[in-house]
Amino acid sequence: MTADVQVSKVAQTQSAPPHPLTEVWWSFLENKGAVAGLVVIVVVFLLAILADIVAPYAPVDQFRDAFLKPPAFVDGGSTRFLLGTDDVGRDILSRLIHGARYSLFIGAFTVTLSLAAGIALGLVAGFFRGLIEDSIMRLMDIMLALPSLLLALVIVAILGPSLTNAIMAIAIVYLPHFTRVARASVITELSKDYVTASKVSGAGTLRLMFVTVLPNCAAPLIVLGTLSFSTAILDAAALGFLGLGAQPPTPEWGTMLAKAREFVQSAWWVVTFPGLAILITVLAFNLAGDGLRDALDPKLKR
Amino acid sequence: MLRFIFTKLALLIPTFIGVTLLTFFMIRAIPGDPIELLVGERGIAPERHAMLRAQLGLDQPLPVQYAIYIGDVLQGDLGRSIVTKKPVLQEFLTLFPATLELGICAMIFAVVVGLPLGIIAGVRRGRFVDYFAMGTSLTGYSMPIFWWGLLLIILFSVNLHWTPVSGRISLMFFFDPVTGFMLIDSLLSGQKGAFASALQYLILPTVVLGTVPLAIIARMTRSSMLEVLSEDYVRTARAKGLSPLRIVSVHALRNALIPVVTVIGLQVGTLMGGAILTETIFAWPGIGKWLVDSVGRRDFPAVQGGVLLVAIMIMLVNLTVDLLYGLINPRIRHARR
Repeated sequence: MTADVQVSKVAQTQSAPPHPLTEVWWSFLENKGAVAGLVVIVVVFLLAILADIVAPYAPVDQFRDAFLKPPAFVDGGSTRFLLGTDDVGRDILSRLIHGARYSLFIGAFTVTLSLAAGIALGLVAGFFRGLIEDSIMRLMDIMLALPSLLLALVIVAILGPSLTNAIMAIAIVYLPHFTRVARASVITELSKDYVTASKVSGAGTLRLMFVTVLPNCAAPLIVLGTLSFSTAILDAAALGFLGLGAQPPTPEWGTMLAKAREFVQSAWWVVTFPGLAILITVLAFNLAGDGLRDALDPKLKR
Repeated sequence: MLRFIFTKLALLIPTFIGVTLLTFFMIRAIPGDPIELLVGERGIAPERHAMLRAQLGLDQPLPVQYAIYIGDVLQGDLGRSIVTKKPVLQEFLTLFPATLELGICAMIFAVVVGLPLGIIAGVRRGRFVDYFAMGTSLTGYSMPIFWWGLLLIILFSVNLHWTPVSGRISLMFFFDPVTGFMLIDSLLSGQKGAFASALQYLILPTVVLGTVPLAIIARMTRSSMLEVLSEDYVRTARAKGLSPLRIVSVHALRNALIPVVTVIGLQVGTLMGGAILTETIFAWPGIGKWLVDSVGRRDFPAVQGGVLLVAIMIMLVNLTVDLLYGLINPRIRHARR
């Protein structure tokens, strides 16, 4: 009797298809690179949240007795400053840990902004074919005619250099990509039977847009969002490096490198570590994004 | 084919209008009075202010101002730089060869390294070479290139003294620009060692600017190669007993290259964006550095004109790529939109 029950239980668990998200998760876990990326992202995220506890010093603390101290593992370094100090005696490790906040914030904010606006424009363009669609897509084409960094540069030139304006600029620059992807998948979904069924049963346009169609367009948008996270961090760092993004003494990674050119001759650690932090974080997001794409859309897997 | 060309040309017009609208409103979106911006902090008498306003057409309604602007642009008048007082077009044309030279070299570097890397990775899929190539490519793609440039300077210029830190050629050499391309000019000058010096100055910026396109080309080549290698005709070629080298180089590569060519064309925008950073790091006197400096100096006519010219250049390159692509692949030519 008990054996029977167990058998039927086993049979049940085997026959029931796994939840789609579980399937995506398992498929994601198969990709070692993606998992490594995810682990790094989680670590950076935790560092950002716990920056005040984890970082040995505050990011703006200046130690007048320790200008340009080399890292601990080099001759002349001490364990007091594990990654050394910069030209005004600030602990580089502490600045990097606090900088994680800025990078993650920039990525999250720009992606949210352009994702939201891109979905709205893409839905409108997909639903109202003709003049509205053409004018939206033409506008996007024009924005794509300029290299993203150049367009961001122009926007920052107009708005004035600051972290907020850099975020706005990057969000505007990424908008065409999200709009295009959203529109393309909306159009694909609109031709499917379930949408027709929903229309026939009397669903209004708004319901069709947000309840029927949008959830089925999520996969490519999620992937683009993850991959844009990394480019947003890169572009914001580039703007910071050019002096057009976050302003000193903000410990943003790109801004930390703005003055680094002066130290290529004398203090390599001032130059090396902020860039390494950018590279590792961006790499992690790209790995995770690639893994997510393969997991969400097995057709694309190569 | 003619029809295809005309459609493509006609599609340029709205984009051109859009870009000019963007640059037109860019200047007007800047907070503050454009004339006060123009004269700087000295201040200006009210009568002179009104006169300048009329002279610059700023008292006209916006559509008229735009029409005047378009007229000027079409005649090649992009205004004068506030800082140097020289015409923007002239400044652009003086600096452009430096950027072009760097861009061409970076593209050659990216193709020469990226293409074989992608091909080998595709052919030896799942082997060590594949993982190595794709790891390199992903790292290159994730690289903050301004930092990459600084690292290379630390390694090759500061520690090994192999290459100079910044500029285009050693100060020992001086000659008048003929073509604007330092490599060609140095050869034409006939001075001993000039070419070698120009090459030395060029090499690090080339590597830095070429890194991202290299990564993209390698990835694209690999995936395109994988797709082609699983086609039936490749299997047929294998069944016929052709050597693997011949299958890859003659049968697969030719078809695999079609999407790669498009991707290479699309890299022009990436290159221009990268040039902004690369030229800033290496103090390379080109368009990218000029634009950044102009933004920093709030030299808005220069930024406005520069952005417009860069956009037009990219539009023309994309058009050329489209046309070439249509020439190679008839299916594109006959597809509607």
